[in-house]
Amino acid sequence: MSDPVRAIGSSPPRLEAGDKAIGRAQYVDDIQRPGMLYAALLTSPHAHARILGYRLDAARAIAGVKAIVTGADLSGSRSGGIIKDESMVARGKVRYVGEIVAAVAASDPQTASRAATAIELDYEPLDAVLTIDEALAPGAPVLHEESASYVKAIQGGGHGNVVFETTVAEGDVERAFAQCDVIVENTWQTQAQHNAYLEPGGCVADVDASGRITLYASCQSVHHVQQRVAEELGEPMARIRAIAMRVGGGFGGKHASNIHSIAAWLARAARRPVKLVLSRMQDFEIQRSRHPARIWMKTGARRDGMILARDVRITLDGGAYADESPPVLAFALLMSRGPYRIANVRARGQAVYTNKLRAGSFRGFGNPQASFAGESQIDELASRLGINPVELRLANAMRPNDTAFGGQPVASCVLRECIARVRDAQREAPPLAPRNGRRRGVGFAVMSHISGLMGTAATVQLRTDGSIALSTGCVDIGQGSDTAMVQICADALSVPIERVSYAPQDSDASPYNWKTAGSRSTYMTGRAVAVASLEMRDRMLAHAADMMECAVVDLELRPGGVVGLKGVPKTVGFREIAMRSLFHSGGPIVVTHGFVFDGTGFDPKRASIHQLAFANLGVYTFGAQCVEVDVDEGTGQVEVRRAWCAHDVGRAINPVSCEGQIQGGFVQGMGYALVEAMKWNAEGWLITATLADYKVPGVLDCPPEIHPIILEDPDPTHPVGAKGIGEPSLVGAAPAIANAICNATGARLRTLPMTPERVLNAMDSRS
Amino acid sequence: MSRDLPVNLEINGAAVALEVPLTETLLATLRERLQLTGAKRGCNQGVCGACTVTLDGVAVRACLSLTLNCEGQKVATIEGVAADPLIEALQQAFVDGGALQCGFCTPGQLIAARALLSQNSDPSVEEVQQGLSGNLCRCTGYRKIIDAVLSAARSMRK
Ligand code: FES
Ligand code: FES
Repeated sequence: MSDPVRAIGSSPPRLEAGDKAIGRAQYVDDIQRPGMLYAALLTSPHAHARILGYRLDAARAIAGVKAIVTGADLSGSRSGGIIKDESMVARGKVRYVGEIVAAVAASDPQTASRAATAIELDYEPLDAVLTIDEALAPGAPVLHEESASYVKAIQGGGHGNVVFETTVAEGDVERAFAQCDVIVENTWQTQAQHNAYLEPGGCVADVDASGRITLYASCQSVHHVQQRVAEELGEPMARIRAIAMRVGGGFGGKHASNIHSIAAWLARAARRPVKLVLSRMQDFEIQRSRHPARIWMKTGARRDGMILARDVRITLDGGAYADESPPVLAFALLMSRGPYRIANVRARGQAVYTNKLRAGSFRGFGNPQASFAGESQIDELASRLGINPVELRLANAMRPNDTAFGGQPVASCVLRECIARVRDAQREAPPLAPRNGRRRGVGFAVMSHISGLMGTAATVQLRTDGSIALSTGCVDIGQGSDTAMVQICADALSVPIERVSYAPQDSDASPYNWKTAGSRSTYMTGRAVAVASLEMRDRMLAHAADMMECAVVDLELRPGGVVGLKGVPKTVGFREIAMRSLFHSGGPIVVTHGFVFDGTGFDPKRASIHQLAFANLGVYTFGAQCVEVDVDEGTGQVEVRRAWCAHDVGRAINPVSCEGQIQGGFVQGMGYALVEAMKWNAEGWLITATLADYKVPGVLDCPPEIHPIILEDPDPTHPVGAKGIGEPSLVGAAPAIANAICNATGARLRTLPMTPERVLNAMDSRS
Repeated sequence: MSRDLPVNLEINGAAVALEVPLTETLLATLRERLQLTGAKRGCNQGVCGACTVTLDGVAVRACLSLTLNCEGQKVATIEGVAADPLIEALQQAFVDGGALQCGFCTPGQLIAARALLSQNSDPSVEEVQQGLSGNLCRCTGYRKIIDAVLSAARSMRK
């Protein structure tokens, strides 16, 4: 049994770790149902084409085919995120190679694939736009001619191929630049990175006698799946149930997939369970990527190192559908100031449609792109000013009670401590021996991120024997939230974690949660768990006071599920309280706490915000990273030798899980920095659609030392002080590595990934 | 459609006689035919290692092995190595050390690590990296996996 008083801050193994280690954990593809059909997809061979018609007879004639769906079966308005421009299968037009045009359910996978390929479509090919420049060129072919008719929760964009555009500004940049002694200005390019979770997307849809559909999904929110499927199928949400399976990674990429709706549609049509699991290649071609970006940035400072102004333009390549482009753009703009005190900042942004896979959410959500440019530029500014880059960061770093870009007050900020911690850790580490033919460099980057947004809830119930039943809608996609939630609940009630059960996420039963996204689970859902648990404690204390005929103030929770009279050995157990509530007075003790993010919002007096894709967000966290790299002078190969990553987590609920988030995020960021890139050919075909062509870091690429440094500066609005740590660890890697390469070689890389070829070119073109 | 052909295997210690098509992979046989779903399908193309099982003690990718080619061989999956002290030590070290997050790569990592440690009871960090170089993990950043394998090796030597 774990020590109950230390449920928070200890690192019990994850609740489900044992099941994962013996192969018993159930993922979507492990499901078998009697009579289950298998789905296969037909996808578009054209980057842009009008669909003229479908020929389904040959597919229908294949024995074993039970249902087919195409865009011709769909009616009503489109679905999607805050701009409803999508449909689960293409309607009217296809807008990227790989877009789903038809789906088949058949008795076995082979028959389903054969039938899918037997479907024929007549297309009228259209000119395609594959880059930001092509999309914005005068007279460019327009992807969404009917954009004006789409349902939109946000305006801004909708002309030509512009999905969304907005501006955030504070102060007066033009005037401030006139007072600067040094100004640096450059442009950066970043690539499409694929989430590349190890489990491809998938779901199983089942249907009951009444036609009600249950989806077993690999997803980041059962409530989101339920809502999206209901919308696509034209069913009330009460007729759709979504259940989360164990999820083999998501990183943003499983937040809103079309495939759930397709499986549900086929199951409804065939009245049989349908399994739809993507092949790895389909997952690459039809799911999501991180937005490729072009970032122009200009930063100016006084000779003494005070940064006065920054001007930014970010253009995101959103791919064929809006999906998360508006919020990703808005968040990239908010992060583009960096965690610095810069009084005059203007950030303007545009997201554009192109005939490629839709870009969507991916760990960092616009921040990695903005920070790659911003943190690289800080080093360039430092070198022009003749100031050490760490000192320049320390001098301009945000401090407690400063405001974020947008004007929100930030009460808790340990950025300067983070910077000092990585600086000192690197200085004090025994130096690595120099290697022949390699240049060694050190680089730094800092970042901030958020962990509060949208709505969530938690329910706790007292069971007859005094056990606690906890339930939330927070899907654990591998980051360890199940365990963290149970630790928070157990801590509030002073019971061992074994006395708390945790319900799997099921839209029929779980309290609402927006999504596992935005580093928000431990802050948002964790806060709901803590508040609900503390309210349950108060209800139990009230019962105990009646039972012991004393005042509540004279009572205390004692470890192990008992309430005691202060200073006296007399106690009543949770079990007795439960029995009393259930059979004598008060009724079952069931407490739900729900809230929507309630931090101080943007300040319209301080910041001019044209429009953002979210009403409010916050709970800022800060971090700093330092890397040492070796650059091979002959090949341009970059090797990260050591990394130190200092991050504020507010309060480490499970320190081992925090370390895992930091190390895993850093290595994904290293992949982004050095190797990962989705590439399309001139016809718009993705040519990196396997894990052999699209490299993610392997164990041999992993630096021998990645040192997580956890800082705990409790957030005052969370009962236990927790903040998020899911995303920031990825954000610093690319700029820290770019700065280290420059430190080693004098070559400045402004394009990701920093491949050996690009490094060599940059070394050759040093002036 | 190809005709099914007979094949005899020993799977997790039990003799199994099957009739499978020429093209059926060992991974499909295990997962779909026998409901041994511990080996995962991460890519089905031999790259990710999530499907790793052992054939006569050697770690292989089940998605690249055709079942008919395994005639007479001993297949061990994560479900079948349960009582083996080496796998138990590895599982314990993974669980205690936070070496798994989403868990999708974990059965493959464990089987590969077991094959490594049964050849080399005292591997260096580099040898562990070599031994696991065919197994991708997108979640952990690998450090805790390497540490868990080293710690399991230490506990076995005690
Ligand atoms: S599934 Fe076999 S190597 Fe990926
Ligand atoms: S734990 Fe998720 S892929 Fe390794």
